[in-house]
Amino acid sequence: MNRIHELFKQKNKNILSVFFTAGFPKLNDTKIIALALEKAGADMIEIGIPFSDPVADGPVIQQSNKTALDNGMNMKLLLQQVAEIRKTVKLPIILMGYLNPVIQYGIEKFCVEAKQAGVDGLILPDLPLREYETEYKSFFQINDLLNIFLISPTTSDQRINEIDKASNAFIYAVSASSTTGSKTDLSNEQENYLQKLKEMKLKSPFLVGFGISNSTTFSKVCQYGAGAIVGSAFINLLKKTSSMEEDIYRFVKEMVKRETGNSY
Amino acid sequence: MKYTIDENGCYGKFGGAFIPEMLYPNVEELRLNYQTIIQSADFINEFQYLLRHYVGRPTPLFFAARLSEKYRAKIFLKREDLCHTGAHKINNTIGQILLARRLGKRKIIAETGAGQHGVATATVCALMGMDCIVYMGQLDMERQRPNVERMRILGAHVIAATSGNMTLKDATNEAMRHWINNPTDTHYIIGSVVGPHPYPDMVAQFQSVISEEIKKQLINEIGNPYPDYVVACVGGGSNAAGAYYHFLNDEPVQLIGVEAAGKGINTNESAATTALGKVGILHGSKSLLMQTEDGQVIEPYSISAGLDYPGIGPLHAHLFDAGRVRFISATDDEAMNAGIELSRLEGIIPAIESAHAVAALSQLALSEEDVVVLNLSGRGDKDLETYIKWGKY
Ligand SMILES: Cc1ncc(COP(=O)(O)O)c(C=O)c1O
Repeated sequence: MNRIHELFKQKNKNILSVFFTAGFPKLNDTKIIALALEKAGADMIEIGIPFSDPVADGPVIQQSNKTALDNGMNMKLLLQQVAEIRKTVKLPIILMGYLNPVIQYGIEKFCVEAKQAGVDGLILPDLPLREYETEYKSFFQINDLLNIFLISPTTSDQRINEIDKASNAFIYAVSASSTTGSKTDLSNEQENYLQKLKEMKLKSPFLVGFGISNSTTFSKVCQYGAGAIVGSAFINLLKKTSSMEEDIYRFVKEMVKRETGNSY
Repeated sequence: MKYTIDENGCYGKFGGAFIPEMLYPNVEELRLNYQTIIQSADFINEFQYLLRHYVGRPTPLFFAARLSEKYRAKIFLKREDLCHTGAHKINNTIGQILLARRLGKRKIIAETGAGQHGVATATVCALMGMDCIVYMGQLDMERQRPNVERMRILGAHVIAATSGNMTLKDATNEAMRHWINNPTDTHYIIGSVVGPHPYPDMVAQFQSVISEEIKKQLINEIGNPYPDYVVACVGGGSNAAGAYYHFLNDEPVQLIGVEAAGKGINTNESAATTALGKVGILHGSKSLLMQTEDGQVIEPYSISAGLDYPGIGPLHAHLFDAGRVRFISATDDEAMNAGIELSRLEGIIPAIESAHAVAALSQLALSEEDVVVLNLSGRGDKDLETYIKWGKY
């Protein structure tokens, strides 16, 4: 069974998925970070494929993309690193990136090699639903890669239902009309939107992402969805840490402390 | 119609709308409404009125006698440089702001390279009393300083894009991010035939007035509407799209696109997309794109800020693929020399973008009988500092 499906079978709330950019802050940190996240108790990891022009991202992730590219990260190396990670890590691994590097690599080749490396799902924000269905879906399915769609507060109910229908994994609910990392607090409007999503009783579970930066926002969104995705806040940690493994451990424990009741 | 979009917003294998879901509602709103709005009598009346009395259209088609003598052909200049604000860009901004108002938008954002599109946007925003934010690469703000101040005088807020090479591509990224963050009350006026469907088609339609006029004017000049050549510079490709539009199905009319070779096509400092690009996706559409083997976008280079873009509109990628347009290029030096030449021969100082089109004349095997229409997309006022720095005049 696909590891993402397995995760959602075992757990349907308080799921913590953590995003970071491959090759950041140092080229070979990808593996160290993934291992540390598993050890700390994260439920899923999302590895960003760096791109020169990440238009859906705010300054923090833009910068991590640039650093990773300057460090020499590329698709081939990234897939090698994932394969290395997969030797020990059991968590579901998702690759997230923009379409252009993927089509340059070749969509079929990419899907085959991602599967071989141990990838479970893909988030390609600029791959539209229609193109996915007509041109990409078969490659994803043959290789048991789940496609994760995004929705945002401005997505119409009709479109949400269409996306739910097309989805065979979880839906990535962007918390606000924003690029990544823009907002820090959850407004009433955002909570209304999440409440609406909850009440729509979609067949796919949803995780909330963008702007989840601490245990307060994490807990709040977990009241609505199956969990949350943390990105920019984690990248910020990686930027300044001098003892990466300990800090990652603390970051994860701190994020979920209200749910687990643990103080570390 | 081989050269128009299909029902999916594609020109052949190019085009489409590769956008994150956060932009989907905005782009979808445009897609569903743009044709109905721009074909409505009310829109057409207002658009035509403003083009005539505000922009100053029709722009002249001027027979350039001394230039013709030099290149031994009959060369006409389509004087887009005489448009209000100094370039063709305003044809599009008038169209889009009228559309934005009909969609109930109150705020406008735009990206700009040379500053011409930024100025044209700031201008129509002042005219309509709408808020205006223009993103411009920091480097471009330095090389097109007068245009930055023009935008500010017009009341626009100019924001420096400081990522990447700090030029047009980066300004476009920032404008898209702004739009993601402000989806409901804001319209993004893209400045060329790029971006997700329906932008390329919409901008091409607004610019198509150029070839519509050329055809009428040629009847007076030569007795028929068909030149042998139409020549235009290509950044994103909006002035070229407008100049070609009504000739696309007139196959005997040779269409020439002139890209910026920068310091030379093989110097790594170039912006000649058809020569150096591969199929790729940037800023919402599939087109030709300058990129590394790993799919990272290459920072282009040209002395001309308006041509300093790593892609071209999907229409042009398709026209290139289909062999309908012949793409050639001119280097910085060739363009600068051609700019001086046009100044001396015709008393017209062209924008450096347009000077690339002039530089292409020597690459065409012209004969005395050939009728050439050269789209003079803009005037050189904004480029005085670059001309002065270059110095060889
Ligand atoms: C005078 C002039 N010509 C041409 C261009 C290039 O744009 P396009 O290829 O869309 O016409 C610009 C862009 O700023 C411009 O200012």
